[in-house]
Amino acid sequence: MTDMILFGVFPYVAVALMVGVGIYRYCIDRYSWSSQSSQFLESRVLFWGSIPWHYAILLILMAHFLAFLVPSGWAVVVGSPLRLYLLEVTGLALGISTLIAVVLLISRRIGNARVSAVTTVVDWLVLLALLLQVATGVYIAFTLRWGSVWYMHTATPWLWSLLKLDPQVHYLAALPAVVKLHVFNAFLIAALFPFSRLVHVVSVPLTYLSRPYQVVVWYRQRRVR
Amino acid sequence: MNIRAQVSSVFHLDKCIGCHTCSIACKNLWTDRKGAEYMWWNNVETKPGTGYPTQWEDQEKYQGGWVKQGEQLQLRIGGRWGTLGKIFHNPSMPTMDDYYEPFTFRYGDLTSAPAGDDQPTARPVSMVTGKPMKIEAGPNWDDDLSGSNIYAANDPGVVKLSAEEQQQLFAIEKMVMFHMPRICNHCLNAGCVASCPSGAIYKRGEDGIVLINQDKCRGWRMCVSACPYKKTYYGWSTGKSEKCILCYPRQEAGEAPACFHSCVGRIRYLGVLLYDADQIESVAQRDDKDLPAAQREMILDPFDPQVIADAKKSGVADQVIEAAQRSPVYKFVKEWGIALPLHPEFRTLPMLFYVPPLLPVMSMNNQGKQKLADDFFATLEEARLPMQYLASLFAGGNEEEVKAVYRKLIAVRIQRRSVTVGDLPAEEVSKACTVAQLDTEAIDAIYRMTTLTRIKERIVVPPMLREQAIEAGMDPEEHKQEMGFGKRISPKRRW
Ligand code: HEM
Repeated sequence: MTDMILFGVFPYVAVALMVGVGIYRYCIDRYSWSSQSSQFLESRVLFWGSIPWHYAILLILMAHFLAFLVPSGWAVVVGSPLRLYLLEVTGLALGISTLIAVVLLISRRIGNARVSAVTTVVDWLVLLALLLQVATGVYIAFTLRWGSVWYMHTATPWLWSLLKLDPQVHYLAALPAVVKLHVFNAFLIAALFPFSRLVHVVSVPLTYLSRPYQVVVWYRQRRVR
Repeated sequence: MNIRAQVSSVFHLDKCIGCHTCSIACKNLWTDRKGAEYMWWNNVETKPGTGYPTQWEDQEKYQGGWVKQGEQLQLRIGGRWGTLGKIFHNPSMPTMDDYYEPFTFRYGDLTSAPAGDDQPTARPVSMVTGKPMKIEAGPNWDDDLSGSNIYAANDPGVVKLSAEEQQQLFAIEKMVMFHMPRICNHCLNAGCVASCPSGAIYKRGEDGIVLINQDKCRGWRMCVSACPYKKTYYGWSTGKSEKCILCYPRQEAGEAPACFHSCVGRIRYLGVLLYDADQIESVAQRDDKDLPAAQREMILDPFDPQVIADAKKSGVADQVIEAAQRSPVYKFVKEWGIALPLHPEFRTLPMLFYVPPLLPVMSMNNQGKQKLADDFFATLEEARLPMQYLASLFAGGNEEEVKAVYRKLIAVRIQRRSVTVGDLPAEEVSKACTVAQLDTEAIDAIYRMTTLTRIKERIVVPPMLREQAIEAGMDPEEHKQEMGFGKRISPKRRW
C-alpha cells in the first residue's frame, strides 16, 4: 500500500505540480524565473561548488534518462564488462563530485553571512533534497553493484509503466529501502521544481549559440516606404 | 543605408562641479529598493581615481568589451561557447566588494537607547545582512582625490603613464582632478546585449535606448562582465540584472531624464543622432586611434536631403528627423567636434560623449595670468594633466584627437576674452581661430550653447510616438492603463 502511494500515486502528483505550477508561474510571474545567482555575494566557494555540481549532475542525469528512454542502447553499452566498469567508475567519480559540491554549496549558505541573508526556506529544501539525493546515489553505487544493470530491470520498466498510466510498483517492491528513498526523493525534487530556483534548469539558453549578437526590438512595424 | 535614430548625450566636464545631484535624482527614482541599493545607474567619479566599481576600466581584470580576432570582433569574456561554458560560474564577474556593501545606520538607537553614561550612537549596519559592519568603501569613496595615494595612484589610466608623468601628476600642490559623471552609454555595439544568453537585453529600434527585459532575464549575469563600463548591475535580491533606462518613461512623456533634469551645472545635453546601422560592425573594428574619428563619421548630417530621404525610407519618423536637426549633441560631436566618446577602444560605440575638461589642463605657468595664443597652445604640451592620460580616456590613446578639442576650447576662451575684456589684439584672436580651425560664428555658438541655453535647447527629447503607435495598431480603449505603467507586480523575490 505504501509502495503504491509512494511509487504509484506520488510521481503523478509530482509531475502534475511540476507542469501545472510551472506553467502557471511562467505565465503569471515570469519575472521570478531566474537562476537566483549568488555569485555577486560570494564567488570563491561558489566556483568549487557550482562548476563540479553542474557538470557532474548534468552527466549523471543524462545517464539516468538514457537508461530509461533507450534501454536497448543502454543494454549494449553495459553489455561488456570493461565498458560497464568504466561507466560505473566514471559515474561514481561524478557522484562523489556532486556530493562534495553540494556540501560546499550548503556550507557557503551557512557560513557566508551575505549568502545566508538571501537564502529562503525553499532554497534550503532544494539543497537538502539534493544532498539527500546525491548521498543516497553515491551510497547505492558503492554498495549495490551494478546499478547501471539492475536499473534496466527495475526503474526502466517501472518508469515506462508510469508513462503508460499503468503503474507497476512491484518492479520496485523488492529493492532496498535506500533505493526507494532515492526514487521517492527524485520525485520530491520534481515537485519542488516549480516552487524554487530549479526552474532555471528548463531555461538552458542554447539559442545564444545562433542568435545575432545585437538585438534590436521595434515597437512598431518598421514602416518602409 | 539602414538609418536609425539614437538618443545620445553630451556631458560637458568643465561645467561639472561634482555635486552628485544627478546620482541622487536617479537613486530616488529607480534604485531605492532592496537589492538595488548598491546600484548607481548614474554615478560621479573623481578622475584620476579608481572609480566605481573599483578599477572598472581594467579589462584584464573584468573582461569587458570587445577584442579584435582577426577580421572579427569577439567579446573579451569569450566566444559564444566560451560564454555559455562560464555560465555556472563567471570568473570575471565583479562581486559586491568591488562595489561596496550598502549600509545604513541604526538611527532608532539614538532615541530608544536607555539612559546611560555614554552618548548613544547610530551604528552602521549592512543592508544585506542587517548586521553591524565596518564601512570600508562607498560609491564615491575617493571623491575629490581623497586617499589619492591609494585610489588615484591605482587609476588604470594613471598606472599606464610613465614614471615621470606620474610624478608630475602627483606633485604636491599641483595635483589636479576633474569629475566624471557616468551613466549607461546606450552603445551601438553593446557588450551587454551581445553577451546575454537569454537574449533579454535589447536596443529599442526607434530611439536606441538599451533595456533589459526583466521577464526574460534569467540571472545568468554575463552582462555584468561584458559591459566594459560596468553599467549593468546584478540585483542580488531579485536575481535580475538592471541598468540605466535613460528614463524612457519620462522621455515618452516629453520630459528630460531625471539626471539631466536635475543637473545643477547644466552640463548635460541630450538629442537625437542619425547613423547608418550597416556600418556598426566595420566601424567597431577600426584601430584604437581611429575609433573616435570613425564613430564621428558614421553619424549622419540631418540636414542633408539625401540623408533625410534615406532616413524616411528606413522608417525614421519625420518628427524624429526634425528633432535630430535641433540636436545639441550633433553640434557638439559632429559640427564643432568638441565631444569625444569615453574609452572608444572598448569597441562598443558608446553614444554618450564628453567635452574633456580644460581647467585641469592649463599649465601651472599660466595660473592667473592671461597669456597670448601662442602660450596658450604651448600649455597643452606641459599640461598639468598629461595629454596621454586624457587621450587614453577619450580617444583610444590618440593625443591628436584631444588636442584638437582643446585648441577649440582655448580659442573660445580667447575670443570671449577679447569680447568681454578687450585686451587682446585682433590678430591674436584670429590666429587662435585658425589654429583651432573654428570660425567666429562657431565660437559664438559654442559659447552660447555652453552658457546661455535653456533646458529646451540643451535637452531635445524626440517625440517617441508611442501614443501614435498604439492608436495605429490597436484600440486604445481596450489597451488603456497598459502602456507606460510598467509592471504592476513589485520587483521582489517571491519564489
Ligand atoms: C544546463 C542547465 C543548467 C544551467 C545553465 C544552470 C545554471 C545555474 C546558474 C547560473 C546558477 C547560479 C549560480 C550562482 O550562484 O551564480 C545555478 C545554481 C544552481 N543550480 Fe543550476 N544550472 C543548470 C542545471 C541544473 C540542474 C540540472 C540542477 C539540479 C538538479 C541545478 C541545480 C542548481 C542549484 C541547486 C543551484 C543553486 C546553487 C546555490 O547557490 O546554492 N542546476 N545553476
